[in-house]
Amino acid sequence: MTPSEIIEVLKQHDGAGIVSAVADGLHPHVVVKMDRLPAIAALLQSDWRLRFDLLRCISAIDWPAKNSIELSYDVISTSFGHALAVKVLLDRANPQVESVSVVWPAAEWHEREAFDLMGVTFLHHPDLRRILLPEDWTDHPLRKDYPYPVAYKGLKLNP
Amino acid sequence: MGLIEGIFEPGLVVTSVDWVLNWSRKRSIFPMTFGIACCAIEMMAAGAARFDLDRFGAGAFRATPRQADLMIVAGTVTFKMAERLRRLWEQMAEPRYVMAMGACAISGGPYHLHAYHVVKGVDQVVPVDVYVPGCPPRPEALIEGLLRLQDKISTRTIAKP
Repeated sequence: MTPSEIIEVLKQHDGAGIVSAVADGLHPHVVVKMDRLPAIAALLQSDWRLRFDLLRCISAIDWPAKNSIELSYDVISTSFGHALAVKVLLDRANPQVESVSVVWPAAEWHEREAFDLMGVTFLHHPDLRRILLPEDWTDHPLRKDYPYPVAYKGLKLNP
Repeated sequence: MGLIEGIFEPGLVVTSVDWVLNWSRKRSIFPMTFGIACCAIEMMAAGAARFDLDRFGAGAFRATPRQADLMIVAGTVTFKMAERLRRLWEQMAEPRYVMAMGACAISGGPYHLHAYHVVKGVDQVVPVDVYVPGCPPRPEALIEGLLRLQDKISTRTIAKP
């Protein structure tokens, strides 16, 4: 299916949950409402015309000027070969969204990464711990306003 | 016919204990398998047939620190890895040596500025004997570092300081 056809299917099922949609360009995507994300993810995965069975990545983008953190879920269908991105905008002060690891188990580690580096909290995630940085690290380094640390456990960063 | 055959009387070789100990130690440096980034590829090349670290008795890469004499820190050391690196170094039996291979292990290299997660020089974590610069160093450079380490070992003594 082409991106515009996929977006049509989504709009038929859950027109209220979709904020905006871009069907052309390099990165066709739909922006969905935060509380509708789990339902739309389940729809993408289970609908017989869509069959988005593989979550490729979750990208978290920090927009300080817009005061929001954007999540982009890139999904593809291995049976049909079509692809789409689902975006959701979160509040920068308190970024929280429902986990989609029930729908795509691959989301578990991607969400841990977004939590580790961007500080997004995924509700009902089975195991939300840091995945890359040490467990006792404070703060989330990929935020634009990350305060550059001076030392870590006695090891200086700018010797 | 080598250089030392046929020189001594039968049953008589004159040497010092220091010399024999250092000679045997410096020709059997067992490195630890500690490749943590792209430098490890050059380290593997140095150990393989073309460059052949075994010529210097240093080709037996051990998978445990307890059997190793030399830790070649081949790559970028993150803060998370630094704790593990220190623990592995503490598990090595003395005399033990550390070689910092490549720009990352020496100073952080390309991560020296603006990287919040990289140790700026592994000498902050463990004492380093030989620095091998390069990004990554060629196997010849690693072999040169090994020869300099052999020089360092041959100056050791078991006598009281």
